[in-house]
Amino acid sequence: MSAQISSAPPGAVDKTGEREPLLSIRGLRVGFRRAGNQFEAVRGIDLNVAKGEVVGIVGESGSGKSVGMLAALGLTSKNAVVTGSVRFNGDELVGKPAREMRKIRGARIAMIFQDPLSSLNPVMTVGAQIAEAVRLHQRVTRKQAMARAVELLHLVAIPQPERRVNQYPHEFSGGMRQRAVIAMAVANDPDLLIADEPTTALDVTVQAQILSVLRSLQERLGLGLVLITHDLGVVAGHADRVAVVYSGRVVEQASVSELFADPRHPYTRGLIASIPNLEESRERLFSIDGSPPALGRLPGGCAFHPRCIHAEARCGIEDPPLHDIGGRFSACHFATTLPPFHSATLAAASLDKGSVAP
Amino acid sequence: MPFLVLGIVTIAFLITTVTKGDPLTAIVAEQQMSNPEVVAAAKARWGLDRPLPERYMIYLGNLLSGDLGTSFITKRNVGTDILYRLPATLELVFAAMIFGTTLGIVLGVLAAYFRNSLIDHGARLFALFGSSLPVFWSGLGLLFIFSVMLNWLPGPGRVDARLALPPGITGFLTIDSLLAGNLTVFKDALWHLLLPAFVLGWTVSGTISRLVRANMLDVMSREFVLTARAKGASEFRVVIVHALRNTMVPTLTVIGYSFAYLITGAVLTETIFSWPGMGSYAVEAARALDFPAIIGVTIVGGLAFLVTNLITDILYVVANPRVRLS
Repeated sequence: MSAQISSAPPGAVDKTGEREPLLSIRGLRVGFRRAGNQFEAVRGIDLNVAKGEVVGIVGESGSGKSVGMLAALGLTSKNAVVTGSVRFNGDELVGKPAREMRKIRGARIAMIFQDPLSSLNPVMTVGAQIAEAVRLHQRVTRKQAMARAVELLHLVAIPQPERRVNQYPHEFSGGMRQRAVIAMAVANDPDLLIADEPTTALDVTVQAQILSVLRSLQERLGLGLVLITHDLGVVAGHADRVAVVYSGRVVEQASVSELFADPRHPYTRGLIASIPNLEESRERLFSIDGSPPALGRLPGGCAFHPRCIHAEARCGIEDPPLHDIGGRFSACHFATTLPPFHSATLAAASLDKGSVAP
Repeated sequence: MPFLVLGIVTIAFLITTVTKGDPLTAIVAEQQMSNPEVVAAAKARWGLDRPLPERYMIYLGNLLSGDLGTSFITKRNVGTDILYRLPATLELVFAAMIFGTTLGIVLGVLAAYFRNSLIDHGARLFALFGSSLPVFWSGLGLLFIFSVMLNWLPGPGRVDARLALPPGITGFLTIDSLLAGNLTVFKDALWHLLLPAFVLGWTVSGTISRLVRANMLDVMSREFVLTARAKGASEFRVVIVHALRNTMVPTLTVIGYSFAYLITGAVLTETIFSWPGMGSYAVEAARALDFPAIIGVTIVGGLAFLVTNLITDILYVVANPRVRLS
């Protein structure tokens, strides 16, 4: 494995002369077999993450955004079928033997999860769990690993780390637990950190703290950061680039400023329009009509077309691929011809139609 | 705790008074039963002519000085009898628990990890047989196969009667023989122990394996298991270090309960394998209406429950850090 890494070090220049991104996902699909039925939870994720870049992945619950990233790390359950390509530092991860994946997970790519209450082992001290992460990838003594754990707790701004390191998760508050989880994730100076809804289970004030811890670590350690969230506000404030996921595939990918100023997919437009705005007084909040399709019961053509206000006959037949529309991407037949976007207008128009459920 | 002990003693004592049998039949020979003088003398000698409350108080007083009374049958002190019998049972039960917990935990973990596979179904069948086959059936069957047909294992008994036994220090034949450096006796005692311990352990392993399986399935779906995998931990480490440790609290309860239960519940196994332990002593005492022995066995059994519960509670604290605070 070391030979493969040395043949393609971070920032290596490949044949085409372009800088290879840290993480490059192409056509990732994840299918599950259950009781004879097969359905696809992820139907095509394409994503690049450069070194030191923050990429947001936005989508509703069940859209496949988490499953996709779990699959990239080989963490999906045994009945999952993963196809496509996930290249990390030029090294293909899909189909890599479990032993080699273990050397990458936690060392080069770390992942943290939504619920800090349950993502720490209740019967092990926080320090022991961080030290475990260190010792799984570095040859250090138990004592050195514990010293490193104290250092890491200090890094994520946990007060009195020398005392805290010997405590159990139940003695930590929710926000502190998430900090400890982050400390554990960066224990081996990874290149990439995938954070799956890192703030969803926390109080609003704590959310901001956790995000600032993540951001400062990302800047200090030069991490690539993938921020999976359903909160557009988090993405707007922290990401460089955004991928919007709808029913298992990326429907739009753009820089944050481009995406919010001029979304080129009707679903993204709907999402942005449904953000409550303090400056406007609206009687009702905007919501996208209908609900996301159930897995295994996708409509034909574009999966979004039954809910789309711009849909035409073609949309029910042909599933649009992710087009390159000038350095950004959209999976809409009308990506370049959609009318100019004003979230207020869209909301008003939709309210006039009476399409919002009371 | 002291109240519980008093309760056990009282109930054990009272139970004997509500039985229909007359303890005199155990003391006085049948031909002498029509001789009022002999009967009266026996009553006076064993204190059976006194009223119940007085007998109870005498018994309690003796008990406080460690005297469990004299057996009607062996005419020895019940305490001495039990001390002679208890180590045999404890040795059997310890060995059975080693079999039972090891088998139970290993099968439970495998069944959960390979859920709905052949291993899972096999473990389920093994557990089902273990907890539903009566030991007199499985014990006799295994004795027949391994001792009579294959001649791999010795027949009933604790040790070959022709062997000279080492001095009893712990009362555990395997340990005493090792302490005395007598490997012949050690080997023989171990071979004798194997089958009854397995039969007894099998009954326990069924319950433990089902419990471990159910708890493992629950724990394996929690997020910290995913976190451990995301750290790069091996599957073995994830299952044993992270998941299994979290199932230990309910498992300990069942292990503790089974242990206490086996101390007095090994009756059938001890009878089949001619094991000179508490179970066979209890059966003999009950058959002969040997009241002091019955009360003694009941008290020791009750104490065994109390002590194992106490040990289980202490182990809880080790297994579950959340208990330590409260």
